Order: sequence, then C-alpha cells, then structure tokens
Amino acid sequence: MSLMTEITIFVLAAFVGFEVISKVPTTLHTPLMSQTNAIHGIVMLGGLITLGFADDGLEYVIGTIAVAFGAINIVGGFMVTDRMLGMFSKKPKPKAEIQEKGGGS
Amino acid sequence: MIQAVLEPGGDGATALYIVAFSLFIIGVKRGTHPTTAKQGNLIAAGGMAIAVLTTLLLDGMGNWGLIFLGLGIGTAVGVIASVRVQMTEMPQMVALYNGVGGGAVALIAWAEIRHGISSGFEIPLDELIPILFAAVVGSVSFWGSNIAFAKLQDLIPTRPLAVPGQQVINVVLLLGILACCVSIAVNNDDPSQELFIVVLLAAGLLGNMVVLPIGGADMPVVISLLNAFTGLSAAAAGFALDNVALIVAGTLVGSSGTILTMEMATAMNRSVANVLFAGFGGAPAGGGGGDGEERPHTSIGAQDAAIKLAYADTVVVVPGYGLAVAQAQHAIKEVADQLEKRGVTVNYAIHPVAGRMPGHMNVLLAEADVPYENLKEMEDINPEMSRTDVAIVVGANDVTNPAAKNDPDSPIAGMPIIEVNEANEVIVIKRSLSPGFAGIDNDLFYEPNTSMLFADAKAAAGEIAAEIENL
Repeated sequence: MSLMTEITIFVLAAFVGFEVISKVPTTLHTPLMSQTNAIHGIVMLGGLITLGFADDGLEYVIGTIAVAFGAINIVGGFMVTDRMLGMFSKKPKPKAEIQEKGGGS
Repeated sequence: MIQAVLEPGGDGATALYIVAFSLFIIGVKRGTHPTTAKQGNLIAAGGMAIAVLTTLLLDGMGNWGLIFLGLGIGTAVGVIASVRVQMTEMPQMVALYNGVGGGAVALIAWAEIRHGISSGFEIPLDELIPILFAAVVGSVSFWGSNIAFAKLQDLIPTRPLAVPGQQVINVVLLLGILACCVSIAVNNDDPSQELFIVVLLAAGLLGNMVVLPIGGADMPVVISLLNAFTGLSAAAAGFALDNVALIVAGTLVGSSGTILTMEMATAMNRSVANVLFAGFGGAPAGGGGGDGEERPHTSIGAQDAAIKLAYADTVVVVPGYGLAVAQAQHAIKEVADQLEKRGVTVNYAIHPVAGRMPGHMNVLLAEADVPYENLKEMEDINPEMSRTDVAIVVGANDVTNPAAKNDPDSPIAGMPIIEVNEANEVIVIKRSLSPGFAGIDNDLFYEPNTSMLFADAKAAAGEIAAEIENL
C-alpha cells in the first residue's frame, strides 16, 4: 500500500470515528471506553505477525509479551463491556405498584 | 499444524481485515443506544475473531507454541479480570487496559525495528517514522497509564506529585526524544538499536513525569487522553505494518478518546493543557481562604430528611464520586424505591465528571438497577431544577457549587454545574463541610434552603429509606 493510500484511509476513518462516536450518549461512555480498549487489542495482530516470523531469542520474548498484552485487551475488554451493558439492558421492572399516587404533598 | 492459506499482505487477507474493521464500526454504531449496545459489542467481538483468525492463517507463520502461550496467558488474565472487577474499579481497569495496549504497541515497534536492522537493508522512512511514533506514544501510554492506575488504586498518593522545574524537565525530555528519533531516521540505512531503546526509556520517563503531577479529580481527562494516545499508536503501527485493520481500528479508538477528552475538559471548564501542566486537581486548599470562622448552616437528621423527601412531588438525586467511595449506590436506589412507592418522581442528575472516568456514575447506578431513562444529563436536568421540590446531593461537591456561576473570581468560575440551588430545597449528605477537590468552600452549604445531613452516605441513605418506610 502506498503511503498516500494509507493516509487517505486514516483521514476517512477519523471522520467516520468522530461521526459515529459523537452519537454515543454520556450514559454509555464507560462501556464505550472498555469497548475501544478491546478494539485497540487489534494490535495483537502485529504481535502475532512479529512472533509468527520471529527467529531470535529476544524477539520470541517481545512477541510473546505483545501477544499476551493484546489478548488481555481483547478478551478482557469485550467481556467487561458485555458485563456492563448487561446492567443497562436489564428489562425495566414492571412499575405497577408505583401507581397509587397517594403520598400527596 | 494449521494449514496456512492466506498470503501475508495479499488480497484475501486484506479483504478479511476489511470485513473485520467494518464490524468494529457497526459495533460502535450499535453502541449509541443502551438496548442495542450489548449486541453491538458482540458484533465488534466477531470482527476481532475474524481479524485474529485471518492473521493466524497467514502463510509462513510459525512458533505456534509461543503464540498459544501468549494467547493463553492473555486470555486467562482478561477473563479473570473482567469477571472479578467491581464497577467502582472500572477506571483502574480501563487505565490498565490503556497501559497494556500502549505497551504492546511499543514492543511491536521494537521488534519491527530489529527486523529492519537485521535485514541489512535501508528501512524506508514511510515505515521508520510510524515505527518511531508508535514507540514513543506507546511507551508514554504504557508508563503514564501505570501511574494513573497506581493513583486510582491508591498505591501512590492521588495528590499532585511534582518536582521543581518539572515543566523544564519534560520539555528537555521531549526534545531529547525528538533528537534521537531524527538521528535514527537520518541513519535509516543502519539505525542504532541502542538509540531506539533510549527513545523507549525516555518516552517511558516522560509518561511518568506527565501523569505524576496530575490530581485525582482530573483522572477522567487523563484516562481519556491516554485512551486516545493508545489509539493513535495502534494506527501508527498499522502504517508501519501496512495493515488496514490496525489503521482503521486504531483511528476509531483515537477518535473516541479524543472526543471523550474534549468533553471531560469542557465539563471542568479547563483546557487539556491546563489539566496536564497546572496540577490543580487536589491542590492543597489554596485559594479557598476562610478556614477558621465557620459560616452558619442548617443541619438536619435522617428523619427530617425523610419527611422532606416523602412529601415532595419531584426529587432529583445528584450523585458524586463520594457515593462511589461509600458504595452507597444501592442504598440510594432503596431511598428512590421507597419514594416511588409513595408516588414521588425521582430522577438522577449526572454531571459529566461525577465519577473518575467518563460515564462512570451511570454504570454505578445501572449496577444498582436504576433504569437508564431516569439518568439525566446536566443540560437536560438544569432547566427542570426550579420545578424540583427537593434536590439531594450525595457525595458531590464542586459540581454543585453555585460560585462557579455567581463568583467570577472563583477558581472554578465558568465550570458547568448542576444547579441544585435552583431547587426549592436542597439536602446535602456529606461527612463534614470540608471543601472538595478544587480546595474551595462550597457556597451551596450555606444557602438558606440547604440542609446538611452530616453522615456517611451509605449509612444515611439506609436510615432515610427506613424512615420513609415508617412514615
């Protein structure tokens, strides 16, 4: 890929990113952050390629740590996001018992 | 062991990477509503699975033992951490994830430059410059995030820790790093690996030096900023590795972190530069003055508070970080339940920096089963305040201080606040009259319509709930 193609992709991705993420409501900002942590785990691909083609001792070590770090981000990030979003998508409790509006003021 | 099918950098692999990053974008887009966000997260995870499998199937991959070792360790740590973490600890966890993400990028950059050196050929600049950028930003994020984690976890003091001449040292470090990078880039036919390691270490030191002087209350900005940094470093790694998935995913994370950083800074009425270089959050009570003499205020007990609340029509709860510290979110929900049983409308007013990271308070309340429809943003609730019978402030301080609006000389002048003083009556649950993180007295406590309930938030909320039930 030429450098200019890559810069084109980068700039377009930045516009898409700003457009999509500015629509995420404040309520969901913490899950958004942990989800982007998980998406950031994409760097594990770099670790896998490094390690998969490594041929000296230090690169084995660097690659293995990078893969482990990336896997922490991916697995931990998506799982904790799922756990948090589960709290938001719980069905609201039936509010039948609330309606006796008698307390008065 | 695994039949390799895809050519590295070939069309097949790239096509699958495009599918992967499209799923990331769809996943984040679904994250714009609480009811679809969980599904969106699964879609993004599916994209990640495709990206990882594609990479594992690249032709020529080897060292499977080490690959599975790394995957195994990372997966185990990730699973255990995500199951065990308390919602109050989410800021720490995100700080750690920012850290390992940055660390991974720095390590990959190091491996890439070693590859380049050992190949004996000149490393093209359009590869070398992204490598250097990824190394510096990745290392800053790794060390900066570790310090942020240590502060949030109370392993080191949350107050600003600064050495004399801090700014000068930081500037010298930054210039030194730039000089080393230029030297490496100029000698791109045979760059020095030692110099590259110096760059990694100096960037790490810079990460420490930048985050250490930042106080606890400014953590929402710092975490968001480090989040943006890790994203940019991943995009840079994508440039170095010619990988579209890394470029797009990294840019997505970078945009998200940037948006959140700007929102947090706006919510504190400060520039990002001011947060990074002024060391204001948690400064010892400097501008406050007025210690010594105690200003007149009204103090009430749980029973009086219960009566005020129970006979109101509308109540707004204003939670702050103190609520999280006291673990009072469930007790507050109990109060709200009792009130709703009596027909009182209860809403929650969430200031953008109410927690230690963006949206933190919303998650804590969601954990306590507060329906998300009742969580109101500052702009939406402020116009309602004058029609509110009772506002109850729990563990929040600076974000309710009317001085931000009324006193142009106040250190927090201009900061957007939840205008609780507009409500008919205000109840503040707090241990004492002590100032908040900004180190200034809160005028709200001395307003004629404010009642102070001096107690631990959790205990007080429990008592109030019981009193309402007995009315």
